[in-house]
Amino acid sequence: MRITLRIRRFDPWTGEPHWDADYPVEVDPTDRILDALIRVKEEQDGSLSFRRSCAHGVCGSDAMIIAGVERLACKTLVRDVAVEEGAVVTVQPLRWLPVQRDLMVDQDAFFAKFRSVKPFLINDEPVGDGKERVQGQAERAAFDDATSCILCGSCYSSCPVLEANGAYLGPAALVQAARFVFDSRDRGFAQRMSLLDRADGVWACDNHFNCTRVCPREIKVTKNINALKRQITRSKEGSS
Amino acid sequence: MIHEFDALIVGAGGAGLYAALEASVAARTAVLSKVHPLRSHTGAAQGGIGAALGNVEEDKPEWHAFDTVKGGDYLVDQAAAVLLAEDAVRAVYDLENRGLPFSRTPEGRIDQRRFGGHTRNFGEGPVRRSCYAADRTGHMILQTLYQQCVKNGVEFYDEFHVLDVILDGRRCCGAVALEIATGEIHTFRAKAVLFATGGFGRMFRVTSNAHANTGDGPAVLARRGVPLQDMEFFQFHPTGIKGLGILITEGVRGEGGVLRNRKGERFMERYAPGLLDLAPRDMISRAILTEIASGNGMRGDGRIDDWVLLDATKLGREVLEKKLPDITGFCRTYLGIDPAEAPIPIQPTAHYAMGGIPTDIEGRVIADESGSLYEGLYAAGECACVSVHGANRLGTNSLVDLVVFGRRAGQHVAGFVKTAGYGPLAKDAAEPARALVARITEGRGPNGKLVREDMETVMMEKVGIFRNKGGLRVAVEKMKELRGRMGEVRMQDRSKRFNTELVGILELGNLVDLAYLTATAALARTESRGAHARDDFPARDDALWLKHSMARLGEKEAVMGSRPVDVSRWAPKPRVY
Repeated sequence: MRITLRIRRFDPWTGEPHWDADYPVEVDPTDRILDALIRVKEEQDGSLSFRRSCAHGVCGSDAMIIAGVERLACKTLVRDVAVEEGAVVTVQPLRWLPVQRDLMVDQDAFFAKFRSVKPFLINDEPVGDGKERVQGQAERAAFDDATSCILCGSCYSSCPVLEANGAYLGPAALVQAARFVFDSRDRGFAQRMSLLDRADGVWACDNHFNCTRVCPREIKVTKNINALKRQITRSKEGSS
Repeated sequence: MIHEFDALIVGAGGAGLYAALEASVAARTAVLSKVHPLRSHTGAAQGGIGAALGNVEEDKPEWHAFDTVKGGDYLVDQAAAVLLAEDAVRAVYDLENRGLPFSRTPEGRIDQRRFGGHTRNFGEGPVRRSCYAADRTGHMILQTLYQQCVKNGVEFYDEFHVLDVILDGRRCCGAVALEIATGEIHTFRAKAVLFATGGFGRMFRVTSNAHANTGDGPAVLARRGVPLQDMEFFQFHPTGIKGLGILITEGVRGEGGVLRNRKGERFMERYAPGLLDLAPRDMISRAILTEIASGNGMRGDGRIDDWVLLDATKLGREVLEKKLPDITGFCRTYLGIDPAEAPIPIQPTAHYAMGGIPTDIEGRVIADESGSLYEGLYAAGECACVSVHGANRLGTNSLVDLVVFGRRAGQHVAGFVKTAGYGPLAKDAAEPARALVARITEGRGPNGKLVREDMETVMMEKVGIFRNKGGLRVAVEKMKELRGRMGEVRMQDRSKRFNTELVGILELGNLVDLAYLTATAALARTESRGAHARDDFPARDDALWLKHSMARLGEKEAVMGSRPVDVSRWAPKPRVY
């Protein structure tokens, strides 16, 4: 079938505003949108700029807004967003991050927020048997959801809170915090608490659930954030 | 722009990150990566990391080492395999201690499952050796190592694409790289440079590999005269999603999934009566192609793009959701099927390079047939060839290789730079790289699409699972032609900033050079061993070919040489399962 990709183009160095360019492209309904983008780049316009690597939804390079929703281009099939012959599919860069070129955004601020929550296991205690830390299956299951995160930035772009408050840590960094806070082996809650228990931390989340809806890894992002809120509240009650 | 560091690491997947962790403790270390480290292809590894922990049944590193040697059809250097298997145990505990969320046994220990070619007591039957985190073990390793780098303040240069290595005879002096954001060319002067750039499966049409897997490290070194070892051995994973090549982990068969042909037969009974669907990957890929060729594929027309089925329905929804959630998702997304209810259409997919940059067990790059070494030049991970995989890698051993030899190389680098000085840096060290970029930038020409398609098709059809002299000759000539045509390729995009088209052309040039060496080495090896199966030489020939091949990019032609294999522990035997 033939569809049109309507791609938001932008090169900040030219001083020109962004524009939407139409690219008709022949596709199968089961092709990935990434396949269509590659075809446009190879056959129509070599300057079209986007990131991609694994092409099957695990590396997080190609998050973008396709047909109005944050998705991975390699995990979105044509039939997911275009049913009819001649359909127009819009493709735009993620929001709340500076556009570098076309569909490429500068993720430095996003990763700085990730780093700020101390995204690593904190535990200086010696390991019991000198080999492994024992962790029950239920304890392991408690943070399983959060371990799937590939830091693609879809949730960040979908979050309406960030539009008004750019200082908000954002859903991805909070999921990463939850991954450690709820790991029975971690001892870093006190250190992370001061980062999370702020107006720009967990409390900025208004439960819009956009993040949960768009997450390509199907992480229950909002649920993780709410679990952090409860954990913080509980720990304050416990200490007062 | 010129930078100066003690140690430079090129590539930030599992091997590069582990090396960075070790090197940065003692030395000023920079890590270059053409993608953000978390986008590296280590993250796509699924099924597990092999280590004889013995958490669920008796196991020994010695058994693991033997399986690795036999799995590699005796082209494995045996002392290296013993080291791999012994250090794997420590490495897995280390990863756990650093936070890796392994799946657990009911007692809370690291859980283990079966994987192809891993056996108890030297081949008696399958053993549960693969330590795993659901079916996203590679993702967890990549995340854990990157987390540790964040914790330890490792210095990254993200989205820098390596263009050249600076050598002064046998002394490495640094590397040259393109900053993708600006188009600027940077010279990194370093006492030691470690390449950990991963695989190069993108030379084949159907592959499980990421777009980024273009062999930049081996290609850059080969063009500077470094020989590449065992390039003819490329692994086809038996279970890729039909048409797309997306990997379906061997863990599916480890948990009880079976392969079936159009008649519903469990055909592995005829090819590997002992290990059945858990035989090594090369044997299963050949079995699938043999079934297809004899009309037992699902379409039944005997054509190479036919497929068979991987039946995981017996595992039940709970096992699939808990232990194999990602591949369950892939099946839903890309095939529209639920593996709990319908079998998965699969065909072999180009997966792993056993060959690459020859190194010793400290990651130091070997310069010639006699085994002499470069000074300050290292390699680790899939781009390297230690060799612990020989002619065919066992499942789970790639992740073991990364963490064992990435760490060892990083430690050796840390020690080396303490006493070493800098090699001489010529004023025009970056000139060849600059000239390469300038050539692609200036004037008009084709964009490389046709070169890429020709390379992928010929490599798939002539240098795939079954090979013969006629086909390989065609492939060698074709790759020569494509190397010539690369000289005419030009980019259309005229911007310096974020020019991903330029990167793509550089990557394609690397792939074509490596494809040429792969085809040449495959034509030269007149025997069948592991993943290298010749129709015209169906038997293994230890008298003539129990040796590593060394392929060099000569002035005009590739030049083949060889090195001995370490068989000091287990004498080669026929490989039956």
